[in-house]
Amino acid sequence: MSDFALSQTKETFVLNLGPQHPATHGVLRVKLEMDGEYIVHAEPILGYIHRMHEKMGENRTWAQFMPNTARLDYLGALSYNHGYALAVERAASIEVPERAEYIRVITVELNRIASHLLWFGAYVLDLGGMTPIFYAFDDREQILNLLESVTGARLTFCYFRFGGVYNDIDDSFIAGSREFIKRLRKQMPDYHNLVTKNIIMIKRLKDIGPISPEMVRKYGATGPVMRGSGINYDVRKNEPYSVYPEFDFDIPVYDECDSMARYMVRMDEIEQSMRIIEQALDKLPEGPVMTEKVPKNLKPPKGDYYSAVEAARGVFGCRVVSDGTNTAYRLKLRSPTFSNLSLFGEACQGMLLADALAFMGSLDLVIPEIDR
Amino acid sequence: MSGYYRDLFGGSWSLLVGLGITIKNMFVPIVTEQYPHFVPVMTPRFRGHIELVGDEETGEPKCVVCGMCQKACPSGCIKLAGEKPEGAKKKVVTSYILDFTRCSLCGQCVESCNFGAITFSKDYNLASTDKNDFIFDLKKRLEEKS
Repeated sequence: MSDFALSQTKETFVLNLGPQHPATHGVLRVKLEMDGEYIVHAEPILGYIHRMHEKMGENRTWAQFMPNTARLDYLGALSYNHGYALAVERAASIEVPERAEYIRVITVELNRIASHLLWFGAYVLDLGGMTPIFYAFDDREQILNLLESVTGARLTFCYFRFGGVYNDIDDSFIAGSREFIKRLRKQMPDYHNLVTKNIIMIKRLKDIGPISPEMVRKYGATGPVMRGSGINYDVRKNEPYSVYPEFDFDIPVYDECDSMARYMVRMDEIEQSMRIIEQALDKLPEGPVMTEKVPKNLKPPKGDYYSAVEAARGVFGCRVVSDGTNTAYRLKLRSPTFSNLSLFGEACQGMLLADALAFMGSLDLVIPEIDR
Repeated sequence: MSGYYRDLFGGSWSLLVGLGITIKNMFVPIVTEQYPHFVPVMTPRFRGHIELVGDEETGEPKCVVCGMCQKACPSGCIKLAGEKPEGAKKKVVTSYILDFTRCSLCGQCVESCNFGAITFSKDYNLASTDKNDFIFDLKKRLEEKS
């Protein structure tokens, strides 16, 4: 922070970043108190697209809430489907056939790659690089085509059901996934040469936006933000769900705590997701994709259930309280980006405005998920 | 000082490498969809708005007005009515209105149907400036189609 800003008697001015701003990727408003180009104080103001998803969960049946979960995080919709399905399956003690678990893992990981690719393109676009987003979108398009062929939708998939998945995957999907992984493996060096090693990128990201592990713990940040600060935590490893323990994959962790570390975590996660998909396609068992015993009018026994998954942006937790009826008594959705954003105010104190935007992009914000 | 020159030369080289990738991509065939000239074909599982399915022989809707789709819909966008003609075994649908303005294309109606009486349409060119264009009379659509 400049000496000017440190002396309290001097005047500062207020700058509104958003609610309509290309760098906030949605309707997020950040009230910035500025000293020239330096930020003295930042306060994210939320609620512009609050849609009462949690309340909606209380007045519709368990199955009817499923489409809502895709509307929380439209870039990683399947992880959210998964989180909600797992919580309700735990509540109603529904077993999922093994093939369905594998299909879930394959589609969720494809979705994670799609989400990271979009973030990669949009992030570089935030920093002023126009070209990479076109390459990233071209690759992402392949994933969307694959997922569309099995789920029937391109963004709000709504593919999982309590006790399995909606449709079985076919041979063309399996072949297409293998083809895509081969293609992305060939593209990744290009991405690194074009963006990661680019001197402008390095100068904009290195040592910018430091988030200490203490701050991560204080605000409950998760996902790549946490792993970019040197904390090795991933729900897929630490509290394994579904069939993740069957696969051999690493959790990328970087100790630098800066924007570059968070960037690298995501780029490495793309590679790890590809490894998981490959193994899952190899091991894919035969069998049904849906249990037969799921009642149409689902009434889980009374109780309080929680389940968490590792979404593209961090831990998505879903707490359902059932009172034994066909609607939830309480549905609490713990979304990762909300916690990740809340540290923005503290972390960007004394930062240049341009750096703060580079830092905000590295948090990978999806606003509908913050507001819910 | 050495860091300065390393940045200068290494940095310039990194920019040239990046430029090389862009130049390489200039010779890649067009990957975007040339939309009005080439119209995409929807996948068989594409979830568009719903449509009534007609009987193969008679062309009459298969729907028996059980109301399961209406119950399953999270947004309450299906309104249907039926009657039982004299001598007939099953109920016959008289009107089936879909309020597409509220539909979120989740497909729970199709899943809940035990008679295979509704299916997803492959229509996606649905833009309009009039709200009433999205209130679909599915029975009429089926009659027009046959």
